[in-house]
Amino acid sequence: MQHWYMLTLVGHDQPGIVARVTAALFEAGANLGEASMMRLGGEFTIMLRARYDGGVYALRGHLEPIADALGLHLHVDACDGEPQGHVEPDVRISVSGADRPGIVSEVAGALAEAGFNILELESDVAGSADKPIYLIHIEGEARQGSDALEAALAPLRDKGVDVSMQPIELMVG
Amino acid sequence: MATLEILKYPDPRLKQESVEVEHFDDDLQRFLDDLEETMGDGPGAVGIAAPQVGRFQRIAIVDISSKPKLVNHGRMFLINPEIVEWDGLAVGREGCLSVPDYTGNVVRAERIKLRYLDRDGNEIEIDTEGYEARAVQHEMDHLDGMLFVDRVVSRRHDLFRRKHYKQRGER
Ligand SMILES: [Zn+2]
Repeated sequence: MQHWYMLTLVGHDQPGIVARVTAALFEAGANLGEASMMRLGGEFTIMLRARYDGGVYALRGHLEPIADALGLHLHVDACDGEPQGHVEPDVRISVSGADRPGIVSEVAGALAEAGFNILELESDVAGSADKPIYLIHIEGEARQGSDALEAALAPLRDKGVDVSMQPIELMVG
Repeated sequence: MATLEILKYPDPRLKQESVEVEHFDDDLQRFLDDLEETMGDGPGAVGIAAPQVGRFQRIAIVDISSKPKLVNHGRMFLINPEIVEWDGLAVGREGCLSVPDYTGNVVRAERIKLRYLDRDGNEIEIDTEGYEARAVQHEMDHLDGMLFVDRVVSRRHDLFRRKHYKQRGER
């Protein structure tokens, strides 16, 4: 019987990580689902869903030699859900401001209070080393509507954080 | 009138380039009616292009009047459409009748000047922007055998960076 697994692999970036990990999965007879693979700082991070005809230990066994050779931390969990049936975001929020401790937590806290469900968050540090700025892009569902969201974000603006909010109008054609 | 079957990716015909319409005859009128009905049959579609139903002619319909707050020109039958000017770039989320259960962010021109022939062969020129301009560009891609899945961007590596460089330059 086929099961879905969530694989996490993280380690120092080097060429060939994606090729070797996906080749190992292919040879193990696993099918890939959704994946997010990106470099964060000097690390390469992989989060991916794979369908596999066996248990956690067997899947780990296929990946461990590759993970060891590449110096990657490996984690395998069973998880549910088919890849289809995506949830669509309806609001996009952009945040930027001088980098300081707590900025992400303040934003995320305000969003949670307004019933906002984060589907995707990407953040980056930019600017010069002595004057870093923090940029956050978020997409998600405003489950209590955009007025509640505006109200929750207003205090952040008063603190000098630049927050903009745009509805996402999905265009199908 | 009839509802036509929509080709679904990865049908290779979706990558085929369409040719210009030359005859504004009864056959064309019948096809436009069918295409219109097919678009209305889809879930919330605001546009459709002829190659999506296997007719490889430069024909599309765009109608975003279901979003009355946005700039729109009602129901447009676009025949041999051409973008003669464009300006600005914007990211927006797109889906496609030919690619079920997938959406992604795509960069499109923010404002366009569009020239096309209507269903009677009259030349029309309009200026449009935003959502309607996005729908037009999405449909015109179909006429060139291009799908939005080939244009999906990550904001992290696109507008995100661009904005940041601009801010740095301003300092
Ligand atoms: Zn389409």
